[in-house]
Amino acid sequence: MYTQALNSSDGDERHVEDAERAAQFQARIDADERIEPNDWMPAAYRKTLTRQISQHAHSEIVGMLPEGNWITRAPSLRRKAALLAKVQDECGHGLYLYAAAETLGTSREELVDLMLAGKAKYSSIFNYPTLTWADIGTIGWLVDGAAIMNQIPLCRCSYGPYARAMIRVCKEESFHQRQGFEIMVTLCRGTEEQKAMAQDALNRWWWPVLMMFGPPDQASQHSDTSTKWKIKRFSNDELRQKFVDATVPQAQFLGLSIPDPGMKQNEAGNWEYSAIDWDEFKQVLAGNGPCNRDRLAARRKAHDDGAWVRDAALAYAEKRRQRATLQAAE
Amino acid sequence: MTAANITVSETPLVLYTLRRADDALILGHRLSEWCGHAPMLEEDMALANMGLDLLGQARELYSYAARVEGRGNDEDKFAYLRDVRQYRNLLLLEQPNGDFARTMVRQFFYATFADLFWRAMMHSSDPTLAAIAAKSEKESAYHVRHSSEWIVRLGDGTEESHRRAQEAIDELWAFTGEMFETCDSERGLIDAGIAIDPATLRAPWLKTVSDVVREATLALPSNDWMQQGGRSGRHSEHLGHLLSELQSMPRTFPGATW
Amino acid sequence: MATPNIPLWEVFIRSRNGLAHKHVGSLHATDATLALQAARDIYTRRGEGISIWVVPSNAITASDPSEKGMMFEPAESKIYRHPTFYDVPDEVGHM
Repeated sequence: MYTQALNSSDGDERHVEDAERAAQFQARIDADERIEPNDWMPAAYRKTLTRQISQHAHSEIVGMLPEGNWITRAPSLRRKAALLAKVQDECGHGLYLYAAAETLGTSREELVDLMLAGKAKYSSIFNYPTLTWADIGTIGWLVDGAAIMNQIPLCRCSYGPYARAMIRVCKEESFHQRQGFEIMVTLCRGTEEQKAMAQDALNRWWWPVLMMFGPPDQASQHSDTSTKWKIKRFSNDELRQKFVDATVPQAQFLGLSIPDPGMKQNEAGNWEYSAIDWDEFKQVLAGNGPCNRDRLAARRKAHDDGAWVRDAALAYAEKRRQRATLQAAE
Repeated sequence: MTAANITVSETPLVLYTLRRADDALILGHRLSEWCGHAPMLEEDMALANMGLDLLGQARELYSYAARVEGRGNDEDKFAYLRDVRQYRNLLLLEQPNGDFARTMVRQFFYATFADLFWRAMMHSSDPTLAAIAAKSEKESAYHVRHSSEWIVRLGDGTEESHRRAQEAIDELWAFTGEMFETCDSERGLIDAGIAIDPATLRAPWLKTVSDVVREATLALPSNDWMQQGGRSGRHSEHLGHLLSELQSMPRTFPGATW
Repeated sequence: MATPNIPLWEVFIRSRNGLAHKHVGSLHATDATLALQAARDIYTRRGEGISIWVVPSNAITASDPSEKGMMFEPAESKIYRHPTFYDVPDEVGHM
């Protein structure tokens, strides 16, 4: 059950890392059992998952901003409704994920405060700007496409609440990528100007999207334990390759060129891409992407501007409780 | 090069339908501006749901207006290729979101009216409008529920929320009279049982609004001067900015399909 | 300053007539009325439900996973509680 209270009531015992319990825990993971909130788990497992799930939640919420940037300017009413529904879904996904993270004992408010203080990460892709309508198509097609590649294996992740949240997210997201690709098809079948807009968007988003899968395997710091705990089932490079192989034919269908002149197909049929500029990735991660400051400022503003509303609702609930107590006493 | 305005032949039924469509689009657009910026995630979801309800109503009403007019216009031409003077929405609905109290009071004033309006329109002798009314009434009934719960919490919450809610009521009150006005072109439709006389909705509207406002420990203003003009295209300055954003793509790329 | 916590609620949805309410997730709300509204807005956007329950998370008492053996294993050996334990001659038909 998704209860904070139960998780925090268990006290010190939980942090005693006796070898026997750790071995039993690993045996359960190896037997493909799901770990549930009140089960014993190593402190490092709890910490890793809290970090990963909350980063995932922050990414959904910050990810509302670049696409939200175009809701008021969507070029038709049909597109406007679809985009609003899609960005709203992302809010819902953030909400499901925060709830999954909370089962590990940290409240949503604490997790959000960390993000607003700049102490928690979110996906670096959302630090790039959406300049034209084609960016909305490209985000749906590529960013959601990459996210789905990442998320489908997470539906089988060892932590029950995370896996269940991902199943719900993946089910709802199935329309997101199609929505994006449909926009791209329309642009590519449209005027020269529209097609150029589509190509320009692909040029700007391609490399940042490849970076979404994280650092190359030899440089990834969390992969080993995450694999052992079945939080992660494929390596960054495996997923990245899978994504590239799936995407190249789609770009060909659209008549767009991937901005990587050195890209070629090897004998096994995989598309080999050129070296990724990991310096750019590090810069964006360090806060120096084109929109890092704007994104955090927007989230902080929403949070700060909403404080009096949340306070009012809390105060009202408290008044109601007091009135009920008084009535009962009479 | 920019795309030019369409011309609309505003027969009474076309005009009547466009007025309701514009109401739904403009308020839906305003609510969509909240997406990603609401006071808490749960409210972000709720505001987007209401925005989507209204966008859906707007699309059905525009499509019906286009069929009745029969001159090749469609939902997007109505939405994207009419300028401020051609828009027919209530002034209340184009008012900026302001803070959460302003948005909720605007929502509450309008939804309470819209729910009564659609409920009455379910008996319209025009079967399309009656069908749209049946669907819209369920949506607006929830909008009343949602916004009135918030009015009560804001009014009876903290000192600050009470002050903000009262300010919102005071600022928006003068835009509520327009909802109950009728113009000459609507008389024939009312007589034919296609449209309803909104003046008949004023008393039940005032009752619901007064009850909620009283429960919220707030007060309705005593001034009864009411602004008008939205129904005939005399808008506040806010609508032009809203439209320049809403229409920017089709205006910049005339004739393109998206 | 730390953001004050807003209470957590569990959401249960009945998806169709005749089915039981099933746990679908959680949300934050200051009171039961807002929790119910939020549950509708979050968990029934795709026509998933016809009835909703919301329960404060801290009102749930859960069994302790470390007592799983004591709690649940004794039931596993009571095979005579299941219909397949009993032999009924074929010619009697379905019973």
